Amino acid sequence: MIKPKSDNPAPYKRSKFFHLLLLIALCFLSDSVLAQSESGADSSLFSKPGIIITITLLITPIVAALFLLVVKANRLFKNIQNRKDTEEATRFSEYLKTLNVDQLDALQNDRRHQVYHLNNKELSGPFSPVDSKGLLSSINEHANIRFIESKRKAIVRPDIDPALSKLILWFLGTATFWLVFGTSVGEYLGIKFVAPDVDQVSWLSFGRLRPVHTNAVFWGWSSLGMLGLGYYVVPRVSNIQLHSLKSGWWTLILINASVVLGTIALMAGINNGGGEYREYIWPIQLLFGIGLVITLINFLRTVANRKTTEIYVSNWYIVAAVIFTIVISIVAYVPNFQNGLGETIIQGYYMHQGVGMWFMLFTLGLVYYFLPQQLNKPIYSYSLGILAFWSQIFFYTVIGTHHFIFSAIPWTLQTVAIVGSAGMIIPVVSGTTNFVMTFRGAWHKVAGSYTLPFFIVGIIFYFTGSLQGTAEAFRSTNLIWHFTDFTVAHSHLTMYGIIAFFLWGGIYAIVPRLTRQEPPQITVGIHFWMAFIGMMFYTIPLMWGGTLRGLMWIEGLPFIESVTMMAPYWLWRAIGGSLMWVSHLVFAYNMYNMINPRNTVNINDTAIKNLRPKNAELVDIT
Amino acid sequence: MMDFFNDYRRLYLSALGLFLLLTTLVAIMPAISNQNNNNPLPTEKALSDAAMAGKALYVANGCVACHTQQVRNLDMDKVWGKRPSIAADYADEQRTDLWRNTATLMGTERTGPDLTDVGNRQPSAEWNLLHLYQPRAVVAESIMPAYPWLFEEKVELEEGDVEIPVPDAFRKGVKSKIVATEDALNLVAYLQSLKQAELPSAIPAPEFLYKREENTKTAAAGEDMGLDGVSLYAANCQSCHQANGEGLKGAFPPLKGSTIVLDDDPEILIDVVMNGYDARPEYGSMPAIGTNMKLSAAEVAAIINHERTSWGNNARKVSEEEVQKIMDLLKQTAKK
Repeated sequence: MIKPKSDNPAPYKRSKFFHLLLLIALCFLSDSVLAQSESGADSSLFSKPGIIITITLLITPIVAALFLLVVKANRLFKNIQNRKDTEEATRFSEYLKTLNVDQLDALQNDRRHQVYHLNNKELSGPFSPVDSKGLLSSINEHANIRFIESKRKAIVRPDIDPALSKLILWFLGTATFWLVFGTSVGEYLGIKFVAPDVDQVSWLSFGRLRPVHTNAVFWGWSSLGMLGLGYYVVPRVSNIQLHSLKSGWWTLILINASVVLGTIALMAGINNGGGEYREYIWPIQLLFGIGLVITLINFLRTVANRKTTEIYVSNWYIVAAVIFTIVISIVAYVPNFQNGLGETIIQGYYMHQGVGMWFMLFTLGLVYYFLPQQLNKPIYSYSLGILAFWSQIFFYTVIGTHHFIFSAIPWTLQTVAIVGSAGMIIPVVSGTTNFVMTFRGAWHKVAGSYTLPFFIVGIIFYFTGSLQGTAEAFRSTNLIWHFTDFTVAHSHLTMYGIIAFFLWGGIYAIVPRLTRQEPPQITVGIHFWMAFIGMMFYTIPLMWGGTLRGLMWIEGLPFIESVTMMAPYWLWRAIGGSLMWVSHLVFAYNMYNMINPRNTVNINDTAIKNLRPKNAELVDIT
Repeated sequence: MMDFFNDYRRLYLSALGLFLLLTTLVAIMPAISNQNNNNPLPTEKALSDAAMAGKALYVANGCVACHTQQVRNLDMDKVWGKRPSIAADYADEQRTDLWRNTATLMGTERTGPDLTDVGNRQPSAEWNLLHLYQPRAVVAESIMPAYPWLFEEKVELEEGDVEIPVPDAFRKGVKSKIVATEDALNLVAYLQSLKQAELPSAIPAPEFLYKREENTKTAAAGEDMGLDGVSLYAANCQSCHQANGEGLKGAFPPLKGSTIVLDDDPEILIDVVMNGYDARPEYGSMPAIGTNMKLSAAEVAAIINHERTSWGNNARKVSEEEVQKIMDLLKQTAKK
């Protein structure tokens, strides 16, 4: 009798632990859909169809009875109310009988005042208006039904050097190409989880294509997109021309060449050794590095010659990001300390600094420019910006090895990384606060803008995605989530939810200013919603399935069971991925619409041309 | 104060300085110290030329995207190795060549199984080759890519050719013989070389942390000496002999109805489990899985009892003591 008793607390403890986990997971998902499956997942009893049906059958009459009760009570209440009102009316009529003539006259007068209405012609008179100055002629008298909120168009700004415009558009255009290419590859990889035999070609095999996808969206889409916007922001906040357009073009060419060559090399089976995001061999990554050095010199000269006294926050972030990334690349590719575990330690450092010091830092710099610009008000706090900047450098630099917790690398180094991950709360909270407080008093502008929704999603995921990274780094959670698809979901929440959405916001903000051509607003809406909903369908199943998979491993179940368990979650990921992918095609279409000069027929010009005699020139000659 | 933020040299140089300082402290110095202060274990064998070529293929095809090579010091990682991986296990990893960096191949995703000790767990070349040609031929639920380009089709076998007995369902209309190329053989040689080296007795193995609380399921199945024969079979035997015990025609013999499995005297069966078997030319050779995996008598008993009582097999169950006796006997005869 004693034995079973002592066995009992163990499962209870586990389920308590599991609940805690679910709570944490739910906090970061902030999605109520999952709340329903929560009780079902841990106790198998409540997931049995028979039990569910029984419970439903029990609940249905109770709900009906409750409904009936409410109806009855409502009727009773109304009856009582009516009775009270009748009594009140009787008392009122008694009172009216006691009034004298003067009092009645006063009441009559009050009544006249109440029913008086303006006839709407007090100011205009009976004549139809004459509008000799044309002030009234362009009024739209027949408003359309507002199926889609009409958005504000980009304000025409002082002219931008067309040569700079062209460079920026090329950066953004090639970025769009790499987005479509890289995510087509990603989409195909997602399909391979569901249909592993979809092809059996060496160049298209999973292990070779995976780095093609990650590197194309990193160095192709995100980096080129950031740099394109950076080439707009850096000279603008310095109030000066860009130092050298020519070197901007060199950066563009070098980075594109690097991604083209890298993609081909990876598909051919030439890679650097399997460290994530440094799969390009050094001669190829070197092109990217040279591109960055050229850009750094260009940006530094621009900032040095600036016409403003202060260096705007954006330029701290952007220039620092370029400096740090050059350092990171050198550390990652110098061979002197890369043998044995040295490779792993550098890999942890590199992969996380690549994300945090290149993409995150640069993009934050862009947001510090675009958010105030789009809201037409200054950033909330300069000091919070300073705090976020320095604490980001301090904490982010040390967190790299949290990708190798419980591995053979020194335990103390793992602990430093975990502490640093917790410290990331400081820059994330101060950055988010700064952005949200900038929105304060300007939320009404969101409905009328097609760029602000992108920034809002970016800010939300900057907060949740970054803190999710902190949560994943603790030993107790790393235990469950490491090696599972939870990590894949996290990297998409951040690189996509934060970086891609901020970049889209920035692109939609400036491209119409550069080209004077707005994108069709309905397709911008389609792009936004498909990307957002697709990302949710992509990440939530992976987080959920990844958690279950980690728990199965802890339970010690056969590995292959955890593979079959993941099948539906991988299918959902492929579905979400498809939505994201289609949204990129829509985005590419919008880019085309903004950039490609529209060949529209100008009726006036054509009409006047038609009035001219067709053989006018011939007549002149004879 | 604002002067500092307005002077671009001071601003950027101090940011760079802080970044460089931290980089040196958390990345470069630990990397150098780990590179210089760890030596490979004396028991570790250097890779053969074939295995080196196989490793290059492993890297080229991005196998690291799904397969880790690290046993973490966690109880849940016990299935992947006898002990947690330590720094010395990786100390032998050197730069590949002028163009390519060191490939430590620890990995960050475990979409497929960890391969740290796969040379002990699944050393059968026949299995590995067939699995590379078409993973689903041996593991129906697998989502691993197939690597048919590591194989060629031949009408006539030449000397030294290794033919792959691909089941008809996975031949996709190939009538001729499917033969492993040198690449495939090298890759398998690499996988076979992946074995956790024995720790010298002077070094204590690090502990596995976060021990699993006793599973309630095994307590219920008390008659199998507290061990789950089904999952032990799944972990050690199933990839060849299959979950239904029917094996694969031309590659791995069935256990269903096998005279060795059903023999009232389990000695030969235990001998095969512990020391392997290569007596029948029509099938691949069986590795000494029991010895490689250091299976205990209780584990062997659970496995063979599962085999002897499943899929219509109906032989008597063998007790742990009996298995222990036979295992001791086998060890003695092996020594002679």
